Amino acid sequence: MNHLIIAPLLIPLLIGIILLFIRNSIRVQKVLSIFSIIAMVIATFILLLSVLENGVQTYELGGWRPPFGIVLVADSLAVLLVLFTGLVALACFLFSVRGLDKDRKAYFFYPLLQFLITGVVGAFLTGDLFNLFVFFEVLLMSSYALIVLGGEKVQLQESLKYVLVNVISSALFVTAVAFLYSITGTLNMADLSQRVAEIEQPAIVTVIALLFLIVFGMKAAIFPLYFWLPGSYSAPPPVVSALFAGLLTKVGIYAIIRVFTIIFYHHPEITHQILGGLAAITMIAGVIGAVAYQNLHKILVYNVVAGVGYIIFGLSSFNEPGLFGGIFYLLHDMLIKAALFLLIGAIIVITKTTSMSKASGLMKQYPILGWSFLAAALSLAGVPPFSGFFGKLMLIQGGIIAEQYWTVAILLLSSLLVLYSVMRVFFLVILGEENIPPLEKRGNVKGLVYPSLILLGLSFIMGMGAEWLYPFVADATTTLLNPDIYIEAVLKE
Amino acid sequence: MEILISIVVGLLFTVGTYLILSRNITRIIIGTGILSHGVHLLLLTMGGLKKGAAPLLGQEAASYTDPLPQALILTAIVISFGVTSFFLVLAYRTYKAHGTDDMEKLRGIDHD
Repeated sequence: MNHLIIAPLLIPLLIGIILLFIRNSIRVQKVLSIFSIIAMVIATFILLLSVLENGVQTYELGGWRPPFGIVLVADSLAVLLVLFTGLVALACFLFSVRGLDKDRKAYFFYPLLQFLITGVVGAFLTGDLFNLFVFFEVLLMSSYALIVLGGEKVQLQESLKYVLVNVISSALFVTAVAFLYSITGTLNMADLSQRVAEIEQPAIVTVIALLFLIVFGMKAAIFPLYFWLPGSYSAPPPVVSALFAGLLTKVGIYAIIRVFTIIFYHHPEITHQILGGLAAITMIAGVIGAVAYQNLHKILVYNVVAGVGYIIFGLSSFNEPGLFGGIFYLLHDMLIKAALFLLIGAIIVITKTTSMSKASGLMKQYPILGWSFLAAALSLAGVPPFSGFFGKLMLIQGGIIAEQYWTVAILLLSSLLVLYSVMRVFFLVILGEENIPPLEKRGNVKGLVYPSLILLGLSFIMGMGAEWLYPFVADATTTLLNPDIYIEAVLKE
Repeated sequence: MEILISIVVGLLFTVGTYLILSRNITRIIIGTGILSHGVHLLLLTMGGLKKGAAPLLGQEAASYTDPLPQALILTAIVISFGVTSFFLVLAYRTYKAHGTDDMEKLRGIDHD
């Protein structure tokens, strides 16, 4: 047993609890938070190297052998996602130091951030279905509090809907768990996989699989279930939106990938066909929204939806390049979406408006902001030196091998429209005639740009050094395509 | 017995869904409460309703009821307690800020 596996989970949890007691000294809170996030990233990095060397590792909580106890499973996919969670959290923390008002900081922003990280990391690492539900609730509870923190009118109104949607999807999650338990009599994912393989996934199990798709699709915002996302992601302050866009929908996507590769993979002609269709419509719905709006938040929010479509498409093609591309794109998407939301946050601080038509000409006075927005936009669309390119290339290759030519065509077209939607922001807001509020009325943007520069730098390294990241992602893909590796590591008999 | 309880669960789901689709926030929250009752009852039923002693080893019975669904329900109950209380306070604060409890009037964000 490798005790390092539980470190990324325990560190934010313990620090979060400590932070609750020192509400009055924000400086100490900041120091402890940054310490926690950096310690978590370092521990995860060491864990990642050891997973690559020794294969999938497990941590049996309380010493109970699985399937009887809860087990944490560290395979390459989970650990990579935990690492990127840490990096996104680091950037958002740095942004929040200057980009968040004093009141929000005094009312438990930093402990909530730590609990959100705990929930996300737990959802990535757990090997038990009900435990996954519990970690979903941990991250959802922190996100409820984060979305409404500050108590502005629009925040209250939108978080009402966000909470309602998630209460319903949690109820459906428990329903799905109940059905699956009545058929298989177990909750451990590896054991579930074996038992579903033994009974060869009868129709009722496929129905349950689709119920899980509805549950996780609600969290991940795939096509018919993304209606709640545009409102709730544009209501909170930019740093919270960046956290949500970087982490929350990705947990839903991860759960879909996990469930449909480890447990319900026996009838891909039904489940993965449906996934492919939904992915295509999600891409279309996302880009239509991204092109339609004049509002900076809305443009980005719909780009989040389109990104979900790409990753689910990688899963639906269900072959090595497709899954590889999906995972690579997922990692890239976490960095870039957070970076874009933080950059838009900085732009809104300067221009005091979210409308694209009311302000322009930022480039002269804020060149670093302007150029880094351009870099983020190109990376989002998948232009070669940045990280978006490699993932999309593999997605297309996987789609062609799976003979899903139409979806590949939609993917290429939607990439073009994604590029159009963000370049429109670049040309109208950043370039153009100078038309921004006078200097004394502008917010202070000092210290708000460099957190996104860190994320963009990481994205650039990911794009240039794709070869360096290759073995990790390839290992994750191999584990996903061969559930036996996962089962053997967990149950080891 | 399972069939009877399943019908009751179905009824609870129906009532919950109907209430969640209404306009009044309080009715929606009552709907989520009923929905979670239905879910918890379903979890108990799906574990099987065979006759057996309560899961206490001191009973020294020949067979016991399945303890796992009971633990799951206990967890789900406290979670839905927490979420419901947050939801109620949120509804109260929204009512204070907006002066309405009608979901139709809480629509849309002002954009350009």
